[in-house]
Amino acid sequence: MKPEEGTLISRAQAIGALLELLTDQPVIVCNGFPSRETQKIADRPTHFYMIGSMGNAPAIALGVALAKPDKQVVTFDGDGNVLMGMGTLATVGALKPKNFIHVVFDNEVYGTTGNQPTISNVVPLEKVAKAAGYVNAVRVLDREDLVYEFRELLKKDGPSMLLIKVNEFQEEAERIALDPPDLTKRFMKAIE
Amino acid sequence: MIDGDEFVQSLQAMGVNFFTGVPDSILGGIIAELMNRGLYIPAVREDEAVGMAAGAYMAGKMPAVLMQNSGLGTSLNTLISLNMIYRQPCILIVSWRGYGGKDAPEHLIMGQVLPQFLDTMTIPHRTLSEKTAKEDFAWVADIYHNRRIPVALLITKGVVRGLHP
Repeated sequence: MKPEEGTLISRAQAIGALLELLTDQPVIVCNGFPSRETQKIADRPTHFYMIGSMGNAPAIALGVALAKPDKQVVTFDGDGNVLMGMGTLATVGALKPKNFIHVVFDNEVYGTTGNQPTISNVVPLEKVAKAAGYVNAVRVLDREDLVYEFRELLKKDGPSMLLIKVNEFQEEAERIALDPPDLTKRFMKAIE
Repeated sequence: MIDGDEFVQSLQAMGVNFFTGVPDSILGGIIAELMNRGLYIPAVREDEAVGMAAGAYMAGKMPAVLMQNSGLGTSLNTLISLNMIYRQPCILIVSWRGYGGKDAPEHLIMGQVLPQFLDTMTIPHRTLSEKTAKEDFAWVADIYHNRRIPVALLITKGVVRGLHP
């Protein structure tokens, strides 16, 4: 067991804390359990739940952020996802959208497929983001810091990354209820 | 030959107002024109470009993604598990490298199978020609608006003016 493991919060607890601080911001949630848990904790029409296209959550969020520069756009992502689409950190860092907040739940495993290890235990993703040009990039280990830092990032110009170390616990959460085309329509209407 | 300027105007006349992609030499003239107009958002991989286009679509834009046909391979999962499943349309401007078996070795297989590959993915496609350009663009717009799935306009060498004539 790693030194901090016993004290880490779960991803679902982290999502709950973040959603308390968010209101009507568009949130693009990566595929797998992050989407299912977000749907369970608070299902809002401004949430876009992905069921496929792993690694593309920040790319989709970037498209929204560039098209809607007056809206703060958030993406909920995972360590496996970031590693898969790592080039997008560079695109975000180069384009520097001020309204872009990238939240990464880092549990160091591919949780949805059975906890196979990723390599985020040795690759600090927030440092990669910072080197790629994110204006703010912060790592937090507990709920208190998460709330403090996320509040700060909501006030600042981005692009920003908040990397939250979480444990491997997975909330029991149903598959995404709405059909994908209905999700598209609902999200489009909500962020019009 | 169609000028890059004319090509971009045709897309804009259709309503396209979000342009991203990864370059190819055949598309060089179009990308140069888009950059002159400050309209081009460069991506680092084609699947990223398709993802950005999907986000822009949901935020009210009409997106086009430029790529070499090899980039379709890179984008396959995104086009299927995002665009097709969620019904998010996108105009794919795809250069047809390896057309007619005449190109560098890395392009020959994708060049040969391109139409079947798109058919298998159930992505409607049409090859641009100068003579039928007007109908080609109208066809693309029709698929985009009425079927809400990705649609590919294939560009062979010499049809649109490149950077080096």
